[in-house]
Amino acid sequence: MKCNLLTGNGAAAWGARLARIDYVPAFPITPQTEIIESLAAWIDAGAMDGRLVTLESEHSMITAAGAAAATGVRVFSATSSQGLLYAMEMLYTVAGWRAPFVLVNVSRGLSAPITLEADHNDILAARDSGFLQLHCATCQEVLDTVLLAYRLAEDKQVRLPVLVNLDGFYLSFTREPVEIPSQEQVDRFLPAFDAGDLKFRASVPESQAVAVLGGAPYSYFRYQTQLAACNALTAYECIAEEFAALFGRRHEAIEAYRCEGAEYLFLMMGSFATKAKAAVDQLRSAGWWIGLLRPRLLRPFPAALFKQMLGGRRAVAVIDQNLSVGAGGVLHTEVAAALYGQSDAPPVLASFVGGLGGRDIAPEEFFQMAQVIRQAAETGEALPPRLLYTETELRETRKLQAIARAERLDLGEGP
Amino acid sequence: MYRIRFHGRGGQGMKTASRVLGTAFFLQGYEVQDAPRYGAERRGAPIFAYVRADRSPINERGVIRCPDLAVVADDSLVPIPAAGVLPGLDGHSLLLINSHDSAATWKQRLNLAGPVLILPTPEETADRAELPYVGAACAGAAARLIGAVSRECLEQAIREELGHLGQVVVGKNLERALAAYDGMAADAGAVSETKDAPATDWRAPAWVDMSFETTGASAPTIHASDTSKQMQTGLWRTMRPVVDYDHCNRCWWVCSTFCPDGAIAVTEEGQPQIDYDHCKGCLICVTQCPPHAIEAIPEYLAVARDDAEGVS
Repeated sequence: MKCNLLTGNGAAAWGARLARIDYVPAFPITPQTEIIESLAAWIDAGAMDGRLVTLESEHSMITAAGAAAATGVRVFSATSSQGLLYAMEMLYTVAGWRAPFVLVNVSRGLSAPITLEADHNDILAARDSGFLQLHCATCQEVLDTVLLAYRLAEDKQVRLPVLVNLDGFYLSFTREPVEIPSQEQVDRFLPAFDAGDLKFRASVPESQAVAVLGGAPYSYFRYQTQLAACNALTAYECIAEEFAALFGRRHEAIEAYRCEGAEYLFLMMGSFATKAKAAVDQLRSAGWWIGLLRPRLLRPFPAALFKQMLGGRRAVAVIDQNLSVGAGGVLHTEVAAALYGQSDAPPVLASFVGGLGGRDIAPEEFFQMAQVIRQAAETGEALPPRLLYTETELRETRKLQAIARAERLDLGEGP
Repeated sequence: MYRIRFHGRGGQGMKTASRVLGTAFFLQGYEVQDAPRYGAERRGAPIFAYVRADRSPINERGVIRCPDLAVVADDSLVPIPAAGVLPGLDGHSLLLINSHDSAATWKQRLNLAGPVLILPTPEETADRAELPYVGAACAGAAARLIGAVSRECLEQAIREELGHLGQVVVGKNLERALAAYDGMAADAGAVSETKDAPATDWRAPAWVDMSFETTGASAPTIHASDTSKQMQTGLWRTMRPVVDYDHCNRCWWVCSTFCPDGAIAVTEEGQPQIDYDHCKGCLICVTQCPPHAIEAIPEYLAVARDDAEGVS
């Protein structure tokens, strides 16, 4: 096994290469483009087999990916942010086809206002589509997860496309030490795609998308997708176990970091969770009984695992790097729903929203969140949701607003 | 953990510098994280890149707030707030500037508590976005100032990071990086690494409860051109076009029409006036001017001349 410095994008490309993908439909978008560029360069140089085709949009790209997967070849693609949303119609459609392939999303906040930096509203917009979702926190995990994702997608008990998420900038352009497994090792873990009954062919008329009138057949097909997604919970556990045995790296559905004896927990997804780990280390050194839970698997949602891992804790800070406008943090809502009615559920399940549009979360903010939930656990006071946003940030924003105000006055439009 | 920031302009090789240093640390046996941070991805615009290196896996992420070492490839960036050179520098942070001015001058000019060192530039170019091998020099100097990176690892890192560009480029970069490495011998190990802030005594973040504001303030709308005016894109310029009015034939339109930023206005008398706050120095006007009446001069020389003449 060789250890290299790789960006998250480089790690995603290596994952695809080692998975011996056959087909890559592509459309560029920052901060994902480097993944497709790497694959294009390798295919061009003969370093890997496979065919890469540029499409005219993400909508067509996902259509092509689904159609190709339905022929039984191994398909890979990648996108980000607006691109994922542009493909949204086809995400639901190809998941309904039960066409298994892997789509990497490099998270980037959604417009408007437009940004380049990471948050999870793009990937979470796809959470009801039928794509399974795996969220990464390190560049190593990106490479490993692409491999795991193929096993999960192609599992005969599942047969659904899988989204693998990594954060823009914080992983996509950041190099970290990554072990690149040998092709032989990967081949043992991920053999050639056994396509079974997937045999869509050109010139052989077949519809991937039958029209159903009346709710009964529709409900049947949709609920079959739900059952397949739920099968992925058990399937994932087995696949992750096998991966750990072969590669020595364990990627459980929910990562538990220093949770032994922990009265307090941070709960969050993505690369910012490593910042929470650093904070946990410091807090533990200062005598706190605190840990971190990080779901890798978001779809299917590992509700039973959450119930088990959260039971008996005193207080939990759920940190959402997303905002469901009009509701709040998505992860908080889902975890709260999972805990409903559980007698040993933590009395405090606090909601923090932070890291929107790549906004940093400082170490002292983690310390403060720990303090806030501990105090709430001690006093029994109810905690309202909290946006991580400081006076200094508001002051800087006010300066920008002052320019806009001056402009309106110039135009005679009043303050 | 070591935390290093590299500041430069697009084209000066700051991403490469961070990768060379990152790889050198990695070859030395460190855990490493390196990344560039772009704003406007354009030649001449300020960019920075950073490196973290530690003996154990690194969990910290994102922009380095308080660096142990800040390296500046182009001294004209130091006073530009948008370049973000100075934020987070404290008494322990070493500032290394590629400059003709002395360390004492910079220390006094910036009123810094921490040490300042100068990276001597053996040659100057007209266009600073093309400073040759300055990235390699920055990486080499940084490696020596840190003290934990051997000459061999630095050399190997340059071969690994730049090998795809061919032997000639590798050779030139090696020469410059190793010269900078050797040149910093007197200050080897001057950079001190810092520990993570402990969770015993921290300054509570001043979180605010944001309140509702009507869309007149809270929609992300630009109403007029003031925002663009305040964005001084002229700071990206490394070469300055200067009109020689004795040779300008008052054509009334060529330079101003070709200017992609609308930064050239023509007076009633037909004289072109360049708005240097917004001219990015693309020099299209220089190529288009029929009588060749626009000359390109290095921005740093133009600034020095302005300073001498008291022009702001």
